Amino acid sequence: MRPARGHDGISVMATRTIGSGQVGRSVPRLEGAAKVTGRADYVHNLRLPKMLIGKIFRSTVAHGRIKSIDVSAAKALPGVYRVVTIDDIKAVIPHPFYGPAFHDQPILADGKVHYVGEPVAVVLATDPHIAEEAASLIEADYDELPAVFDEIEAMTSKAVVHDELKPAGTFPDLKHLKGKKDTNIALDFHLRRGDTKKAFAEAEHVFEHTFRSQQVLHVPLEPFVSVAELTETGLTIHTASQSPSFVRIEIARLLGWPENKVRVKVPYLGGGFGAKLYIKLEALVAALALLVQRPVKISLTMEEQFYTLTKHAATFRIKSAVKNGKVTGRDCEVWWNGGAYADIGPRITQKSGFTAPGPYDIENVSIDSYSLYTNLTPAGALRGFGIPQLVWAYESHTDMMARSLKLDPVDFRRNNILRDGRAQATGTAMKDAAIEAVLDRLALRMNMKAPFDRGTGTLKKGRGIAVGFKASISPTTSIAIVNIAADGSVTLYCSTVDMGQGSDTANAQFVAEILNVPAESVKVVHPDTDVTPYDMATLGSRSLYHMGNAVRLAAEDAKAKLAALAREVGVPEGSNVPVAELFQKKYKMQAGNIIGTGSYIPNYVPPDANGLTPDATPFWMVGGTGVEVEVDTETGHVKVTKMINVADVGRPVNPRIVETQLSGAATMQFGFTMQEKIEFDGGQITNASFADYKIPSIVDIPRTMQNEAVESEQGTGPFGAKGVGESGTFGVSPAIANAIEDACGVRLTELPLTAEKIYRALRTAQGKPLED
Amino acid sequence: MRTINFTLNGEQVSAHVAEHQSIVEVLRDRFDLFGARESCAQGLCGCCTVLVDGTAVSGCLYLAAFADGKKVTTIEGLAQNGKLTPIQEAFLEAGAAQCGFCTPGFVLMAGQLLEAHPDPDDDEIRHYLSGNLCRCAAYPEIIAAVKLAAGRLRAGRT
Ligand code: FES
Ligand code: FES
Repeated sequence: MRPARGHDGISVMATRTIGSGQVGRSVPRLEGAAKVTGRADYVHNLRLPKMLIGKIFRSTVAHGRIKSIDVSAAKALPGVYRVVTIDDIKAVIPHPFYGPAFHDQPILADGKVHYVGEPVAVVLATDPHIAEEAASLIEADYDELPAVFDEIEAMTSKAVVHDELKPAGTFPDLKHLKGKKDTNIALDFHLRRGDTKKAFAEAEHVFEHTFRSQQVLHVPLEPFVSVAELTETGLTIHTASQSPSFVRIEIARLLGWPENKVRVKVPYLGGGFGAKLYIKLEALVAALALLVQRPVKISLTMEEQFYTLTKHAATFRIKSAVKNGKVTGRDCEVWWNGGAYADIGPRITQKSGFTAPGPYDIENVSIDSYSLYTNLTPAGALRGFGIPQLVWAYESHTDMMARSLKLDPVDFRRNNILRDGRAQATGTAMKDAAIEAVLDRLALRMNMKAPFDRGTGTLKKGRGIAVGFKASISPTTSIAIVNIAADGSVTLYCSTVDMGQGSDTANAQFVAEILNVPAESVKVVHPDTDVTPYDMATLGSRSLYHMGNAVRLAAEDAKAKLAALAREVGVPEGSNVPVAELFQKKYKMQAGNIIGTGSYIPNYVPPDANGLTPDATPFWMVGGTGVEVEVDTETGHVKVTKMINVADVGRPVNPRIVETQLSGAATMQFGFTMQEKIEFDGGQITNASFADYKIPSIVDIPRTMQNEAVESEQGTGPFGAKGVGESGTFGVSPAIANAIEDACGVRLTELPLTAEKIYRALRTAQGKPLED
Repeated sequence: MRTINFTLNGEQVSAHVAEHQSIVEVLRDRFDLFGARESCAQGLCGCCTVLVDGTAVSGCLYLAAFADGKKVTTIEGLAQNGKLTPIQEAFLEAGAAQCGFCTPGFVLMAGQLLEAHPDPDDDEIRHYLSGNLCRCAAYPEIIAAVKLAAGRLRAGRT
C-alpha cells in the first residue's frame, strides 16, 4: 500500500508496530471499499414491508401550555394513516419520559412546550410527502409563558423551564434534586481545594476575565434516523445511534419489559460527534410501532437537526492569583446553557467541569459549575464533552496574563504546567499525561522562540498556541466477545459504533495482534444487542481505551482456550499446527468454536463533598494547537495560514486514522471558532440550514495543517493506547484568539471570531468605535 | 404520475414517478441504490451527487422526470465486476473516507475534476470540490486522494 501523502501540509505520522505487527500499522479501514462504492450500510438504506413514515409537527413557541392541538385537517388528508399526540403515546407508554440523567424529556410534548421546535405531534403515512404536507396542516394553540434563553439569567430568572426536577433514579449524586421546584439549575457541581481566599490575598497580580462560547451544531451529514418494528419476540429498533445498549435499557424501562425483548441494531453511522447518543428518535418510533402495529421510520431533515441537540453555549468567569510567575490560586465559575432538557448536560457540568482550571499545577482552586435549563433546543455532548468551551476560556486567560506580565507565553505555561505525579484540581495524581511534551513539541513545531515576520501595512501577522486536557468519563463498562471458527477465522462482537472514527479497524487490530492474524481478516460484527454484548456508549473518546481493553481481554481469553485445546488434542506447546487442525482433531470434522470474552471497567472513586477524589479518571487526553494568522486590519478578516495540532494519544494504534482524527476534530473546532453560530430570535432559530449555517468546506481549511502524536504510552491502555477523537479540538479556539491579539492587538472573548467583531474591536482600540 | 425511461448505470430502465419526486428518491425507493443520499436537500452539500449525461447534478433537487431519455450514473455504476476505479482506489488508500456519507459525492466530483484538469493543483482541487461538504473534515485526505488518482490516471494514459 502506497502512503497517500506528500500533499502540502500532511505529515507522515511515525509507525511503531509491536509483536505481530498489527497494532501500530496504518491498516486501511476494513469498510473502506464499501464506503468508496456507496455500498456501506446506513439506517438510511432500510425499508421494511408495510413501513410507515413519520413526520413531526413542532412547537412554534419557546414556552407555553398547550391549549389545543387541531389535527382534523391533517387526518382528513388522503393517504394519512394516523396522527399521533402524547395522549395516544400514553396508551402504550404510560410514563413517556426519558433521559440519561433526568427523566425530563417527553416522547411528544405533554401539556407544555419548552422550546421552539419541540415535537408536538406526528403524522404517519406510507408516502413521506403526504406525511409532510399533513404535518403542516396541524395547528396548535398555546398559552405562552415567560421564557428564559440566557444561561446567566436562568440562574435567577422568574421564568422557570420545568415545574419540577425529575432526576433519573440511577445516579446517587442527583437524588437530592428530585422534586425540586422553582429552579433552572439542573445540577451544580462545586470543588474546593486549598485556600483560594488566601492565595488571592497574597497574590502580586490578580486577573479576572469572562469568556463565552456560542451554540453550535453537530450536523452529521446523515441526519438522525430510526426505524422500529415489532417482531414475534418483542421490538427491534434500527437506529443511527452511538449508544445501542443505552437505547435498549431505556426503551425496556419505558415499556416495563425485560431487556431481551428489545433488540437494537446499528449499522454504520454517517457521522455522530456526540449528537446520536442516548434517546433521540428511538422512543418515538418504538411507541409509534407499538401503537399502529406496523414498522415506523422517522428520518429527520437537516433543518430538524437544529431542533434536536446542540452543543452547550457556556459562560466561564475565570480569576487567577499570580505570584513570582506562578499561578497560585484560581476561581472558576462556569454556566452551561443546557436548553430545555438535561440530556447529558449534568454530566458535562461535573465530569468536564472538574478540569476547568486547566492543565496547570495550582495549589488553591475553587470550581462552581452549573447546568442550566433554558427554553432552547436541548444541548448535549459534542466532540469534547464541554472541554473545548473550558479550554477556550482558560487558554485565552493564560495568554492574556502572560501578555500583561510581559512573560513569554510558552515559558509561562511551562512554569505552571501540571506534571505527572502532581495532583490535579480533584486531588487525583496525574499519570501518563504528556502535557509538557505536547507543549514543548508545539513550541518547537511553531518555532515560537524564533523571530517572526509581523506583516506589513494593513496585513498583520500573529501566532498563538494553546494546550488543553480532558478526563475520560468514568466509571463505564465495555464487554467484548471473540469467536474463533473451526477454520481459524476470527469474528469480534462488540457494541462500539463505527461512526467514522475507525473503531472497527482499531478493534480488529487489537484482536489480530493477539491472535497473530492479519487485521484485515478479522470480521467485526456491528452492534446488535441480541448478539453483541453491553457497552456503555461510543462517546468521549472512551471506546479505544475501554472497549480496546475488553477486546484485548477477550482475544487473550480466546488465545488461552486455543492453547488449552492444543494441549487437549496432544499438540506440543509452541508447535505450528494450524488452528483448523486443532478443531479437526477434537471434533473430527470442521466444527466447533472457541469463544473468548472480556469485560472491562476501570477503577474510580466518586468525588467527596468538596469535589475531591484520588481517582477521577482512567486516563487523560491532551491536545494542543498552534496557529499562524493574517489579519486584514481594514476589514477584520482573518486567515489562518498554518495550523499544527499535537496530541498525546498514547501509542497510535493506526497512525493514519489517528492523523485523520486529529485533523478532523481540529477542523470541526475551526468551524466553531471562525464561522458557526446558531442564531436565535426570541428562542426561534433563524439560520437552520446550510445556506445560513456554514460549516467548513474544503476552501475554508488552513492551507497548512500538520498533526502529530507525541511519543507516549498509556500504561493501562490496550497496547499503550488511549482515545483520540476529541483531542484535536481542545486548543483550536484559544490558539486563534491568541494569534489574533498577537497580530493586531485586539482580544476577543466571545466565539465565533468573526471579521465583524475583530473590525469593531480594532475601531474601538483606535478610539473610533462603530455604532451598533 | 408519469413513466420515464432512462439508462441507469448502463442498463435500460423505466419507472413510474410523481412530478415532485427527486431522482435521489427514485434511485433509493425503486432501484435500491443508496449511494446517492439526501442530506441537506437544498443543493448545498453534494451527498446526493449523480451524473446525468456525464455531468454532476444535485440529485436532491433534480426531478426524476427530467431524467427521461437520459443516462444516469451513480456511484454504484463506477466499479466494474468489483474492480474499483483509480479514484475509488485512491480514496481508499488515502483514508479519504471517515464516516463515508459524503464519499460517493466526492468520488463523482473528483471524476469530473480530473476530466477537466488531469493534473490539478491545490487551488483547482479546492475550487472544484467546494460544493461538497464533509463534516468529518477528511479534506486533506481527499486532496491527497485526488492527487494520487490524477498521477495514476496520467500514467495510465501515456
Ligand atoms: S442533499 Fe443534495 S446537495 Fe445536499
Ligand atoms: S466522511 Fe463523514 S461526512 Fe465526509
